[in-house]
Amino acid sequence: MSGKPLIELIDVWKYRHLESGTVPTLQQISASVENGSLITLVGPSGAGKSTLLWLLNRLEDPDRGEIRLRGRSIKEIDVLGLRREVGLVLQQPVMLPGTVKDNILYGPRLKGAGEREVDAAQLLSDVGLSPSLLDRDAGKLSGGQRQRVALARTLANRPRVLLLDEVTSSLDPQSTARIENLIIRLNREKNITVLWVTHNLKQALRVGREAWILVDGKLVEAGTLPGVFLHPQNALAGAYISGKLEGVEEH
Amino acid sequence: MSTTALLMTYSFVVLAMMLSTWQRLGLERDLVVGTLRATVQLLAVGYVLQLVFNLKDWPFMVLMIGVMTVVAAYNASRRGRELPAIFIKVLVAIGAAEIMALGLTLGLGIVEPTPQFVIPLSGMFIGNAMVASSLLLNSLRREIISHRAEIIVALSLGATARQAVSESLRRAVRASSIPIVDGLKTVGLVQLPGMMTGLIIGGASPIDAVRYQLLIMFALAAVMAFTSIILSFLVYPALFTPAHQLIER
Repeated sequence: MSGKPLIELIDVWKYRHLESGTVPTLQQISASVENGSLITLVGPSGAGKSTLLWLLNRLEDPDRGEIRLRGRSIKEIDVLGLRREVGLVLQQPVMLPGTVKDNILYGPRLKGAGEREVDAAQLLSDVGLSPSLLDRDAGKLSGGQRQRVALARTLANRPRVLLLDEVTSSLDPQSTARIENLIIRLNREKNITVLWVTHNLKQALRVGREAWILVDGKLVEAGTLPGVFLHPQNALAGAYISGKLEGVEEH
Repeated sequence: MSTTALLMTYSFVVLAMMLSTWQRLGLERDLVVGTLRATVQLLAVGYVLQLVFNLKDWPFMVLMIGVMTVVAAYNASRRGRELPAIFIKVLVAIGAAEIMALGLTLGLGIVEPTPQFVIPLSGMFIGNAMVASSLLLNSLRREIISHRAEIIVALSLGATARQAVSESLRRAVRASSIPIVDGLKTVGLVQLPGMMTGLIIGGASPIDAVRYQLLIMFALAAVMAFTSIILSFLVYPALFTPAHQLIER
């Protein structure tokens, strides 16, 4: 794809302030995301993958550097609109008070839209759940059900960019496959750009066309799949990939 | 009460100190300090009140209410020391509650606009507004900590700070209003309120005492609700950045 990238990260740094001192969680991240791409973000725990998604949704701002969407700094864009357009599914699928329907329609209702504009039942079946759950108290769902409702809730905002943080971690292989197919379909048919954090390298190989490997807050390797996993140029990336691929569970 | 009788009341303190020494509770020092402070503070207030009552002077009355409000705001704002400009915010909330309660009491002609009524009533309004402020700041902190994840989810979906925190604000206001609502339900069954007891001992008829007590209880319910709602609206913006991001504390 030619022209300006959809998202640009320019020398992005983020620090955590601990009692023992200040430590960087993201360092010197420079990268770009083309419109319509599907990128998986992999790396050890604490590598800064989730933080990166938080910055893209502007739940936090970088301490240094800049993030641009279509060439404009995201700080210049209305933050409420940005968060709808760049939708985030958090790692912890926390339910808001109310029913499953209340959760799915939360975003649309903030803008005065409701059941007429958004088909909650369709979204629920898209993520592999029965529409009969719509009136169920969301707090009483299982972990796997919550994870899928959280995804449907973000999709209800009709985002152009989808940030996914370990969204299949509590799902069985069958449900995982369904979610993977849904995301791939949204990416191909609706041209939704996807950044998908996963600890599961086989999943990354199944769904991603590109991968970013983060280690200790640094983007150590970025490239197309499967090449970037098979022939990593960076030693840290190589060590992570080889350690992870050997012991990886079958999903 | 004669001065001799007043002096005899200290025998209660002596009794408490003897119990403390016997059981090695180590409360003697605090008891002495507390007794001295209570004596000095209350005697001083007594003389000031007598002075104000005799002067029947509005500026003095307003000054006294002002001092009470500032002291109350200072005390309550210590519960939210980490929040910016918390003293001013608590001052505004308590002041607004006092103006509302006193305005209604005087405006509706429930009591006479004399120092004898205005000062003690204001003391009760302000004192309870102070308690409501402390409770609100405490429960709001608890709410934000325990429902942080929900607030983040709401923000991530495009909610404003106000929308994301509205459930927590509601719960915090409700929690800080519980003491007075519970009080309304059990008053007279479990205990006789201090003011009513005082009036009866002072020679008022129990029926008269009850009427004033009802005024106080109803006014205090409004004061508690008013204070905590105003304070919650003043405080929540400080929990977020202008870009609707929850600030870590």
